[in-house]
Amino acid sequence: MSTPATSKTTPQRPLSPFMIGPYYKPQMTSMLSITHRLTGLGLSFGAILLVTFLVCLASGVDCYNVILPHLTAWYGKLVLVAFTWALLYHFCNGIRHLMWDLGKGLDMPTAEKTGWGVIVVSIVVTAAVWALALATK
Amino acid sequence: MSYRSPLGHARGLGSAKQGTHHFWIQRVTAVALIPLTLWFVFSLARLPSADFDAVSWWVAAPSVAVALMLFIGCALYHSLLGVQVVIEDYVGGEGAKIVALLLSKFVHVVAGVAGIFAVLKIALA
Repeated sequence: MSTPATSKTTPQRPLSPFMIGPYYKPQMTSMLSITHRLTGLGLSFGAILLVTFLVCLASGVDCYNVILPHLTAWYGKLVLVAFTWALLYHFCNGIRHLMWDLGKGLDMPTAEKTGWGVIVVSIVVTAAVWALALATK
Repeated sequence: MSYRSPLGHARGLGSAKQGTHHFWIQRVTAVALIPLTLWFVFSLARLPSADFDAVSWWVAAPSVAVALMLFIGCALYHSLLGVQVVIEDYVGGEGAKIVALLLSKFVHVVAGVAGIFAVLKIALA
């Protein structure tokens, strides 16, 4: 018996992104797409942390000296490295998206090549930024 | 064949009455964030020290203060648009969706005002 279109019951059907796994094979390109969203959400929290940092800096040296030891501790550095990579990944993949908006690189072989490019470049530049940061301290 | 009326086609705004505004501003802020992000990441990496005086002095420089405010403004606007799409995609109930969208808007606006005020206070101190 078919359900009428006006039925009040919610149809129990799988929706994206829950299709990935049991229904769709995870692919490099779809994983990069999800990572773009996850890094974007992470960076939204990062932006709020940056604002908190600046408000603390503006409040004076007492507040700043409370958070500084956490930022320079190993776990603080680990979080900052993660944010650096998330920002650079979202940056690189964002440029990939802007090229798609221009209608370039939409075919599968190119999309996979630029996908690997985003992975490699984001990791290499993260390492370069931290090498520079540690060298100038 | 197209089912759109000639008037609807001329207005070109669709059912949300926003047209491509959301899509376009997300791209405009993305393009603006290309130079701003590069500047932000490499400027922070090149800071000689993370202590209070060094970081305050850095933020207070006019060029840095202006770039930092632009970065905060563009990043939070871009974030607002992105988080909105994520909420619309994944938050099911209509009530929960509206609450989440409002909360996201308030948090983003408060963060933007607080960030820009903090930079101005340091720069004009």
